[in-house]
Amino acid sequence: MMRYVFSRPERFKIYKNRVFDEIEIIGLSSIPLVALLSAFMGAVVTLQTASNMDSPLLPAETVGFITRQTTILEFSPTVISLILAGKIGSNIASEVGTMRVTEQIDALEIMGVNSLGYLVLPKIIAGVFTFPFVIIISMALSLLGGLFAAVQSGLCSQEDYIKGLRYWFMADDINYALIKTVTFAVIITSVASFYGYYTKGGALDVGKSSTQAVVYSSIAILIANFVLTQLILL
Amino acid sequence: MIEIQGINKSFGDTQVLKDISAIFKPSIVNLVIGASGSGKSVTAKCIVGLHEVDSGTVLYDGRNFTNMNRYDRKEIRKEIGMLFQGSALFDSLTVEENVMFPLTMFTEMSKGEMRERANICLERVNLVNKNHLLPAECSGGMQKRIGIARAIVMNPKYLFCDEPNSGLDPQTSILIDNLIKEITYEYKMTTIVITHDMNSVIEIGDYIIFIHEGQKWWEGSKQDILKTDNKEINEFVYAADFMKQIKDNLGR
Repeated sequence: MMRYVFSRPERFKIYKNRVFDEIEIIGLSSIPLVALLSAFMGAVVTLQTASNMDSPLLPAETVGFITRQTTILEFSPTVISLILAGKIGSNIASEVGTMRVTEQIDALEIMGVNSLGYLVLPKIIAGVFTFPFVIIISMALSLLGGLFAAVQSGLCSQEDYIKGLRYWFMADDINYALIKTVTFAVIITSVASFYGYYTKGGALDVGKSSTQAVVYSSIAILIANFVLTQLILL
Repeated sequence: MIEIQGINKSFGDTQVLKDISAIFKPSIVNLVIGASGSGKSVTAKCIVGLHEVDSGTVLYDGRNFTNMNRYDRKEIRKEIGMLFQGSALFDSLTVEENVMFPLTMFTEMSKGEMRERANICLERVNLVNKNHLLPAECSGGMQKRIGIARAIVMNPKYLFCDEPNSGLDPQTSILIDNLIKEITYEYKMTTIVITHDMNSVIEIGDYIIFIHEGQKWWEGSKQDILKTDNKEINEFVYAADFMKQIKDNLGR
């Protein structure tokens, strides 16, 4: 499958336009959901951390530090990617699957168009380029949500929270998160496209493909997360 | 001209096509008819390469399509137009964009030239001022006509129509049949129509092959099919009472 996906496009201009369309569908349309989830999850992580810190030996900035580490290392790249696997994965699988069962893919093939390249490649490219931006937005909003919650609840001052955010910051953590994000983007777009492209049957089977796409891309994300964490952090 | 020589096709343990051979000539409407599940659609899909044949040969004007690699097949496919049973129009594109699609992928035409060519094809199928509609906003008959316009936009040498009348009322069916016939004669195309509609057989069947249980059971013209003594064909052709009446009238 991947050999045909990455074979030379018939028309670069058409593919370029398709990439921009997919960026809008895959990336931009996901921002509101990601923003909402990130802000609330950041707030909750901060409240949980602050409320569970009973020891007076722990400095107040620990709240910001833990929120930052949780957000950057796992919440934004992994949990948000799992959520996007549900949103984008089902969207891609049902779109491509419907094209399969309504013979639109056959129509492309009959015209001489490489249907795998035309349909799947723009989605993978769009995912690879937009996911990192979406995840960076998620990180920023999660930390802001945490700040808001910390200050509003009175569990941690703004200065302590920001000090915690800056404490022992390593830029490699961001690199690690972005490497994971790009990997997850490829997994989500390609697994969902695979299940959509090879759908057989009718509307019921499109639904099944959609479900399979979400389940298997989620499993693949979890496995890849484990492997990448072993490889990069340890 | 399209020639198929002894094609066989199986899905698992089920052999769907058994040693089918035929010659489809240009400038006439060639029909492949048969009951549902007889293998006629599989025959068409084997000819265009959507299914790989297990054995046998498909020749497009002497060019062996069966042995070609994916890239050589692409060149032949640029000469093929196909109307699908469900029209297979791209949902996200307008009527005009659907018709222009093959031009945008394979020609160096400017946007204006493409639009002009698309409009010529849309006028040819009697669709005017519908350019900006989406397929979902069009009726079944309109979708078939858009499908035909898209199929002929590249001036194909070969036209395939998979059950062009399915889901259409009798009047629209006749309209689509006549359109296919006119276009075939006008552009001198090799046209293969897959159908089980007896109206189409009588209206446009210049050369007909009848597929029964995966085998070519009979071939001939629309005049021949009404006179044949072949039991299986008679069961298929005269399934409807009005066809029996036609036969009785011919007998008198």
